[in-house]
Amino acid sequence: MAVIIEKNTKILVQGFTGKMGTFHAEEMIKYGSNVVGGVTPGKGGMKHLDRPVFNTVKDAVRHTGATASILFVPPAFAADSAMEAADAGIKTCVAIVDGIPSHDMIRIKRYMRRYSRGGKMTLVGPNCAGIISPGKSMLGIMPGHIYKEGRVGIISRSGTLGYEAAEQMKNLGIGISTSVGIGGDPINGSSFRDIIEKFETDDETDAILMIGEIGGPQEVAAGEFAKENMKKPVIGYIAGLTAPKGRVMGHAGAIVSAYGESAVEKVELLKECGVTISKNPSVMGETVKSVLNVKKI
Amino acid sequence: MDIHEYQAKEILSSFGVSVPRGGIVYSPETAENKAREIGGSKWVVKAQIHSGARGKAGGVIVCNTPLEVAQATDKLLGKKLVTNQTGPEGKIVNRIYIEEATDIDKELYLGLVFDRSSESIMVVASTEGGMSVEEIAKEKPDSIIRSKIEVAVGIQSFQARELAFGLGIEPELIRRASETIVGCAKAFSELDATMVEVNPLVISKQKQILALDCKMSFDNNAMFRRDKVSELRDKTQEDEKEVYASDRGLNYVSLDGNIGNIINGAGLAMASMDMIKLAGGEPANFLDVGGGATPEKIVKAFKLITMDKKVKVILVNIFAGINRCDWVAEGIVQALERIEIKVPLVIRLAGTNVEKGNKILRDSKLNYIEANTLEDAANKAVAALKK
Repeated sequence: MAVIIEKNTKILVQGFTGKMGTFHAEEMIKYGSNVVGGVTPGKGGMKHLDRPVFNTVKDAVRHTGATASILFVPPAFAADSAMEAADAGIKTCVAIVDGIPSHDMIRIKRYMRRYSRGGKMTLVGPNCAGIISPGKSMLGIMPGHIYKEGRVGIISRSGTLGYEAAEQMKNLGIGISTSVGIGGDPINGSSFRDIIEKFETDDETDAILMIGEIGGPQEVAAGEFAKENMKKPVIGYIAGLTAPKGRVMGHAGAIVSAYGESAVEKVELLKECGVTISKNPSVMGETVKSVLNVKKI
Repeated sequence: MDIHEYQAKEILSSFGVSVPRGGIVYSPETAENKAREIGGSKWVVKAQIHSGARGKAGGVIVCNTPLEVAQATDKLLGKKLVTNQTGPEGKIVNRIYIEEATDIDKELYLGLVFDRSSESIMVVASTEGGMSVEEIAKEKPDSIIRSKIEVAVGIQSFQARELAFGLGIEPELIRRASETIVGCAKAFSELDATMVEVNPLVISKQKQILALDCKMSFDNNAMFRRDKVSELRDKTQEDEKEVYASDRGLNYVSLDGNIGNIINGAGLAMASMDMIKLAGGEPANFLDVGGGATPEKIVKAFKLITMDKKVKVILVNIFAGINRCDWVAEGIVQALERIEIKVPLVIRLAGTNVEKGNKILRDSKLNYIEANTLEDAANKAVAALKK
């Protein structure tokens, strides 16, 4: 089975009837994702895209047995929606929305501590492209057709840079088991380390490409985890070599504020952890290919 | 979003932090009166710009008479101050804060930030006030004490007390010091701050605990629920082009090079800038038009880039997913019917319907250089520069 989502994972769309929710729900359905319904408070009982709409996530879960959800609600209400999903027993929740206040993200993460480790929801995002397991299911907003089915896992903070990597790999004949966009915010639901750990135990993944950027300690934390605990090869790229210190580069989390957060420092620290570095963003695919060749995968 | 020192002092004093008496003026004429109103016999005239290290740049002047206060105000107003944080162009002084001088006994450091590793709010304190936190970390790392705030319950009195005792504050001042730390922590939590820094926090010879200089930054994403804070924004302290961009929903950072960029997605934008650098060029900006790259955003992006006189080549790099290259190409063609570009233009499209997109560009009357990969685009942009 794939990491995080499977072919038949039942998916709810939170913010189902809105413009964004509708558009991307249609795209997911076209891709073959098992979208079983959605939630829009006040519109329960309606049908939308031939699927039932519910007032609360609890109702939706009770009637559909959904285990995953994707959020298309405005930033001001996103924290509330994520906590509602966690409380309703959703196992995987992807928050696409950009603009959730950092204080709200901390609140969500503290709230989720009330669940035992096994029962805790995996939150991916916010400010991300979501998850795709090519040929199986898409719980996100990416263009599904650029992902070839295969055995390399991708974890990326950036959406479009993740697409760039997937396309480079497709052009070289390399497929992807699952691609996870963890988002560009300073505090996110799942870190590189959280996802890389899942890939290590996934029998459909042979190697992992980690696409990071300036700001925060997460890439290096994942590198250290890989050094201590992983057998599968990890390839990395860090964007932001030319980014000035102390400036936010588009992503709220892309800011260098401490030692070890610049691209140059991260690259050095990752190399020490045994991560193979793609020297520039144009050769992410080739770097993955050369690692697969050397390891005879 | 950053605010001025005097604004941060107003906020923190409403949370129980003591600050020296002071007032804001916008002209030398009112400065003399303001000094008399504040009272005392010695004043500090402080230029209000969004930067630290103002003292070293001549932005802080100690005065002994109200007349001197007026003269100092006159000297600073309208001036561009260049500090080690402003960049060479400096920042304009439009507001002056006049403050009663403090008899300093001890200078301490107090800061609160988001700690991304522990995903909590971290209080950082040191006995080495007056230096920047980077300098303290480098030169006196042993002087730093930290305390993590559990956001669900907020800072506790014992944490503030531990910090205060850790700073070696004498027992009769511990209560006041704790209240100061608690006040800063409450302001941080209740106003969606991302940084509160009191440096120095001083103990005066009169045994008062005073915030002598303050800085606060706020989460832009939370401004929808912080009307009062967002009113404190001072656009004269921001880069003109960055203000233009942020008002139009574009993510833009002005840089020193001469290759202008229009990219969709922050990560891809950083990666493209890196490719430019590796190809031997220098990016003039970071510009993310958003994952969707709508025609409206592309028009705005071209307008913005053409405002920058440094730009000698423009590089457009769009990875179109669901939005499709043909749609993006049509947007670019339409944009360039409205805006005249006088410098070489390199366009790289990738993703869905890339052939269709490139055909639309080729069939248009557009004068541009087509590129295929990230590397190709960067190389062609740098080559165009040399012609």
